[in-house]
Amino acid sequence: MTALDQMVGFPQQQYGANAGQARLVARNVSAWFGTKKVLERISLNMEPGQVSALIGPSGCGKSTFLRILNRLHELVPVAALSGSVELDGENIYGPTASVTRTRLKIGMVFQKPNPFPSMSIAQNVLAGLRLSGTKVHNRDALVQECLERAGLWKETRNRLNESGYSLSGGQQQRLCIARALAVRPRVLLLDEPCSALDPISTGVIEETIRELCRDVTIVIVTHNMQQAQRISDTCALFLIDDEGKPGYIVESGPTDQMFSRPNDPRTADYVNGRFG
Amino acid sequence: MTTTATLTAPLPPGSVDDTPITFSSGHSSADRAFFGLLACSAGIVLMLLVALVVFLFAHGWWALVHFNVRFFTGTVWSAPLEPGVLGLLVGSVEIGLVALFFAFPISIFTALMIVEFAPPPLRRTLTALIDLLATVPSIVYGFWGLEALTVWVQSPVSWLAKYFGFIPIFRTLEPGRFDDSIFICGLIVAIMIIPVITSISREVMSQAPREACEGALALGGTRWGMITDVILPFSRSGIVGATLLGFSRALGETIAVLLILSANNQVTAAILGPDGGSVTKQIAAFFPTSSPNGQSELTLAALTLFATTLIFSLGGRLVVQGGLRRRRS
Ligand SMILES: Nc1ncnc2c1ncn2[C@@H]1O[C@H](COP(=O)(O)OP(=O)(O)OP(=O)(O)O)[C@@H](O)[C@H]1O
Ligand SMILES: [Mg+2]
Repeated sequence: MTALDQMVGFPQQQYGANAGQARLVARNVSAWFGTKKVLERISLNMEPGQVSALIGPSGCGKSTFLRILNRLHELVPVAALSGSVELDGENIYGPTASVTRTRLKIGMVFQKPNPFPSMSIAQNVLAGLRLSGTKVHNRDALVQECLERAGLWKETRNRLNESGYSLSGGQQQRLCIARALAVRPRVLLLDEPCSALDPISTGVIEETIRELCRDVTIVIVTHNMQQAQRISDTCALFLIDDEGKPGYIVESGPTDQMFSRPNDPRTADYVNGRFG
Repeated sequence: MTTTATLTAPLPPGSVDDTPITFSSGHSSADRAFFGLLACSAGIVLMLLVALVVFLFAHGWWALVHFNVRFFTGTVWSAPLEPGVLGLLVGSVEIGLVALFFAFPISIFTALMIVEFAPPPLRRTLTALIDLLATVPSIVYGFWGLEALTVWVQSPVSWLAKYFGFIPIFRTLEPGRFDDSIFICGLIVAIMIIPVITSISREVMSQAPREACEGALALGGTRWGMITDVILPFSRSGIVGATLLGFSRALGETIAVLLILSANNQVTAAILGPDGGSVTKQIAAFFPTSSPNGQSELTLAALTLFATTLIFSLGGRLVVQGGLRRRRS
């Protein structure tokens, strides 16, 4: 446990004690929207303490895959799914798995920023604790810590009580990152967290990701090849053959290998920007 | 190079005038015509309102001058010599409160059910049903209340009066006579305003940003948490507005009240018994046969009811705004 954790008085089992142990494994995950199949038997290991990057062209199912990993896919009425996802060997889609506990353990930052409209900035950060009924002793310290890690503290320190909607798009995105950090997830899913950010804020987020990945398993979707190279340990390339066909994984492996000597020629084409 | 540098160099403060410009409207003639149309419509609505108030005042003037404060403080309406509107007004408000007591929770839960829990086909059916309920003429509800509801609630109401009669609102001076009470009126009016409150609340709730709702779930929130932390705060002012609209309708409802209430009209807290009156019932029942002075009294009563509704609406708005401000600061 870090000094800050002791200060904040966090329940130990959520952070520290089991940290670095969360392994997320997807086995033969296929997904449908209605009759349209969008993912074709995806199998992927997301190793503990590592950053896994998902790359691939728009519309190939990266967001859908990420949403499957914390059970948001099933919120779409027509959505269907096969295969399994295991968190530390336990199927999160198993008959005894609790949806809310799973989502608490596997945090998510969405592609579009989605702060809570009727809450202030500070309340947004603490919203996850409120929703899950977790008690915190030192709220202010936690708010500050999370906002700092999301690179938003300097801009918001004097307006913590203003509405989260009063922030700019990029600031809202960082607020959502802070919000996800506050509940101390064991896995953090990030869907293009930096797509609306300037290089400096991107740098802060990337630093946070590198720092976090010691305790938290991180899965990040990015369209930025340099970013994937900079921050990820392993990388998976999603492709889609034809409009209306499901997306699938072409190749996955250590990032440096994917970028320097990939096995598949399509990977070489994609990472070098020679696709489409 | 050097020219670029001088062009972009910061100018000394105060050397350039930077008062904000006024944005020119630059409306096209089509825009102006359209604006004219809108202004006309809004003007007509405004004029109607003014005409209404002027009419009420003109007709109620005699009573206002003649009885003055006594008219508003008197608790017994004994027209034409000593009309006191307070008793009727309290009866009207009691009917409205009883109606809200039943209609508010039912409406909110129904709206939540439709927006959040019902599968899409059921959602469409429920929405259509609620809208259908809103189109049923109030005379139908009135008859139904008179013939069916009074019989159905007889035993629960007498049970209430028997065991909880020590509470003032459940006390009754005439045990066994429950079918022309404020309570029954409130029940019927509740059924009438449920569609109003439900459909407006449903509309507002469905506007809550989907992404934020998913965000709440993604943080490990339950559906209930999502409702209390995202949907309800988001739709709060809309729900209050819907409730106030329902309350106004309850205060103004006439036909059903006329059918149910007996000719009694005292101030009473005993809502189960037959003593209550209501402003709308009094007007509908006696206006046609009253003398000019009696009509003036009844008009003033109508004006009082109007003002009461207005006060409740304004109060509700203030509560919402105060709540918002408190949350922001
Ligand atoms: N709610 C939905 N209903 C129906 N189809 C959907 C829905 N969401 C996504 N899809 C479809 O699923 C496919 C994959 O979408 P997804 O959002 O996962 O792509 P992505 O890889 O994240 O793309 P991007 O890089 O643009 O974000 C697309 O063809 C999309 O049209
Ligand atoms: Mg996406």
